[in-house]
Amino acid sequence: MDTMIETRGLTREFHTGKKTVTAVKDLDLHIAQGEMVALLGPNGAGKSTTLRMLTTLLAPTTGSATVAGHDVVTDQRAVRRAIGYIGQGNSAAHAQRAIDELVVSGQSYGLSRTQARTRAAELMESLGLSEQAKQKVMTLSGGQRRRLDIAMGLIHAPGLLFLDEPSTGLDPQNRANLQEHILDLRHRHGATVVLTTHYLDEADALAERIVVVDNGRVVADDTPAALKADHAGDRIALTFSSPGDASRAAERASAAHPAAQVTHTSRAVDIQVAGGSGIVAGLLGDYAQAGITPSTVEVARPTLDDVFLSLTGRSLREGRTDTSIDTLEEVAA
Amino acid sequence: MSAVDTHPTRTPDAPAPVSRATSPLHDTALVFVRELRPVVRDPFSVIFGIIQPLFFLGLFTPLLVASSGQSTADTLQWFVPGVIVMLALFGTSTTGANLQFEMQTGSHERTLVSPLSRSSLMIGRALKEIVPTIVQALVIVGVAVPFGFRPDLAGLVVGLVVLSVFCVGLGALSYALALAVKENQWAFWGVQQTLLFPLMLLAGILLPLQGAPGWLEALSKVNPLTYVVDAERALIEGSWNGDAVAGAAAAAITCVVGLVVGARAMRASS
Ligand SMILES: Nc1ncnc2c1ncn2[C@@H]1O[C@H](COP(=O)(O)OP(=O)(O)OP(=O)(O)O)[C@@H](O)[C@H]1O
Ligand SMILES: [Mg+2]
Repeated sequence: MDTMIETRGLTREFHTGKKTVTAVKDLDLHIAQGEMVALLGPNGAGKSTTLRMLTTLLAPTTGSATVAGHDVVTDQRAVRRAIGYIGQGNSAAHAQRAIDELVVSGQSYGLSRTQARTRAAELMESLGLSEQAKQKVMTLSGGQRRRLDIAMGLIHAPGLLFLDEPSTGLDPQNRANLQEHILDLRHRHGATVVLTTHYLDEADALAERIVVVDNGRVVADDTPAALKADHAGDRIALTFSSPGDASRAAERASAAHPAAQVTHTSRAVDIQVAGGSGIVAGLLGDYAQAGITPSTVEVARPTLDDVFLSLTGRSLREGRTDTSIDTLEEVAA
Repeated sequence: MSAVDTHPTRTPDAPAPVSRATSPLHDTALVFVRELRPVVRDPFSVIFGIIQPLFFLGLFTPLLVASSGQSTADTLQWFVPGVIVMLALFGTSTTGANLQFEMQTGSHERTLVSPLSRSSLMIGRALKEIVPTIVQALVIVGVAVPFGFRPDLAGLVVGLVVLSVFCVGLGALSYALALAVKENQWAFWGVQQTLLFPLMLLAGILLPLQGAPGWLEALSKVNPLTYVVDAERALIEGSWNGDAVAGAAAAAITCVVGLVVGARAMRASS
């Protein structure tokens, strides 16, 4: 398959005062044409910085990258012509009308005025913005503005689309709609898509490949299924009526499945193991023979959050405090 | 958000638009029209920009008349060209604030990712400054005429051209300042205000500089605005003399320097 993105030792440092922050460290990434990749990581992991280097917005400190066959430093214009970008901020200027920004955006990629208008009307319609077309951007609701950003990124049907947390501020229905648009761009035009997200379910639903980043480094790079299988097994949660039963149950589970991680607290037993759903029946049979009867049994499929936890020792959801700071900044802006 | 907002449909069936290479002229025109649109659609900012110069015209002219002992008509003949330059100065030196706002919200970043050339992003924006300036200048002229102001028509036209050239340069410098201080609004306004008033006073807009101490006169000689103001006075008076030529040159130099500095700042921006 053709290469769409190739980075070698891509690194970016920021200097603020005396401090040096290495936002992205030695990134080697290879993305083939038509791939759908999610960059997943907590606040400050380096996702936006990576995207900004790949879209020519930031020069790498060291290392190199080619995007759609063009070097991001020496051939910026060719890169820009080949990509679409939906950044973390708002693409449309607040003083402009929604439709005007969309049409100008199309024209800036060389669409004729008529082409741009037709395309803009179609996108507005399908993103549910027709009513707002003539409104000033500053009067749009947060979610409407986000949808306008998306329309602007799609206006020229780019062969390579970068999305930086595209679903921030969207309600569930619009998140689903966005996912549909992305899938559509892909199926119809064979587009390559690189997106960053905090939403595990989004990465799960959209991406065939997930690159987990933490502190500027790639800590895992695989399909969602493989990541879950390798880094987090199914979880079997059992409770018992007496602590004695619980400890016997934990012992028997460990003996039968040496690979499983078994944790045991008074009346509860937690078993984390690959293919856990397949061993539940056997396990319960074994308990029945031993005369132990669990009061409740629950089997949970692993989530990417479990993967992240197992890879970094931290939960993605712990980033909540940072997220609220982001939100405050958005409000202030 | 209401339920009307969403119709989860697919991207409509249409041939994928292809992005094509565009000419610098196309890009500049596109940026120019984009910048102009909110001004035309919402002329409040243009009207608002005239209020302060109108105050100067209405409140300062009587003072000038009283102190010089000249007629109102003669005083206006000298003062109105300066007021026109002043309004251009107020309007265009603050224009970087608009860009700064777009830098904060993210739309500037989006234009940087588009294939629009960096110089057209700057030139298109700076060219837009011409339009509100000319409209405002004509309003001032219209207000002053009933009080005895008599501009030479050809001179006025050429004077506005010179002013436009100057505005493009000053606007570009204002954008460059915004790009340099990034999101720091305090720094933008600090620098803009610090430079604006000395430049204005040293150009002899409010009071003639004849008889000023030598050092002050020397300072005014290195102020490009001085030449622009003198040129406007000469042209509006109908005298096609050396002042007019010097002012046109000062405006042209400001324009070139502004655009070069501005385009460079745009290229370095991210
Ligand atoms: N312009 C900058 N100047 C200084 N530091 C920066 C700059 N941009 C990013 N950083 C730092 O680089 C690190 C990575 O930031 P980045 O924006 O790439 O994170 P992210 O993964 O996109 O986070 P989020 O999920 O919050 O969007 C952070 O520590 C951030 O503070
Ligand atoms: Mg980010």
